[in-house]
Amino acid sequence: MAIIRWYDRPSAYGSLREMEDLRQEMNRLFSSFFGKSGPWPRQGVYPALNVTEKENVIVVRGELPGIRAEDMEITVEGETLTLKGERKLQDPEGVSYHRREREAGRFRRIVNLPARIDAEAVEASFQNGVLTIKLPKAKEALPKQVTVKSGS
Amino acid sequence: MTQKDLQLKDKQELQAEGESTRNLPIYLPAVDIYESDDSLTLVADMPGVAADDVSIDLKDNQLTLHGSVTLPEEGEHLLLKEYGVGDYQRQFTLGKMVDQSKIEAAMKDGVLTVTLPKAEVAKPRKITVKTS
Repeated sequence: MAIIRWYDRPSAYGSLREMEDLRQEMNRLFSSFFGKSGPWPRQGVYPALNVTEKENVIVVRGELPGIRAEDMEITVEGETLTLKGERKLQDPEGVSYHRREREAGRFRRIVNLPARIDAEAVEASFQNGVLTIKLPKAKEALPKQVTVKSGS
Repeated sequence: MTQKDLQLKDKQELQAEGESTRNLPIYLPAVDIYESDDSLTLVADMPGVAADDVSIDLKDNQLTLHGSVTLPEEGEHLLLKEYGVGDYQRQFTLGKMVDQSKIEAAMKDGVLTVTLPKAEVAKPRKITVKTS
C-alpha cells in the first residue's frame, strides 16, 4: 500500500470488500495528488487538508487560523476544487519581535476529487479557524439501484 | 510586505510527561511573541479550538496555554489525511517584568492572543535632564 498515515478505526474493518474499496479510492486519490505536486516525499502544499466522505457528500477540512473569510476563494469545477487566498497577519507598529513562527502569505491549492460534484450544492463554513467544505456528489456519480425485472 | 507563497509546516507533537486523557495527540502551536513599551503579546495558532475550550494557567512564573480541539463528526469514511487533529499546548516562562494580575486573552478564528502588561518598573521611563 502507498505510504500513508492510516487513521485506524475499527469500523473500517467491516468486510474485505470495504477494505478493498477504501484501498482503491485512496490509491486513486493519491495518484491524482502525486501528479499535481511532484514525486514522493511531497514538500507539502499549504494548507494541509483532510478529506472524508459521508453519505455521498465529500467533506474537505483545512486548518486556516487567522485567515478571514473574505481573503479566501473557493472554486468548484467538475471534479476539481481550487482553494486560494491570502493569510494576512496583523503587523503592529513599534514592537520588537522575540519570536516569529507564524507566517503570512498567499496560498493556492488545487484538489482532484474522487467524484463529480454538484457545484450548486457546495457549502463552505469557517469556524474557529477550520474551513469545512461539503461537496455533495453529482447525481451522475451516485450509485444507482437497478431493479431486476422478472419475466413470468 | 513582499508577497510570498505560504509554506506548509508539519505540526510538531509535544512530548508530554503525562498522557492526555482524550486519547488525542498534543501539538505545539506556532507562536509569535512581540514586545511593546507597555506589554508583551503572545499570539498562538490553535485552529479548531473554540474560545471556551482554551485554558491559560499561570503558576510559579510558568504560563501554560492549552486548547482543546472540537472534534469533527464521527462516521465518516476517510479518504485523505494530511494533518492530525489534536489539542494544543505550550509553556512559557515569564520574567519578572510581567504584571501577572492584568493578563488578558482573546480568541478569534483559531488564533489566541494573550496580552501580558508589563509591571510599572519595567516600562521605559524618560528621564528629563534639568539644566541649572
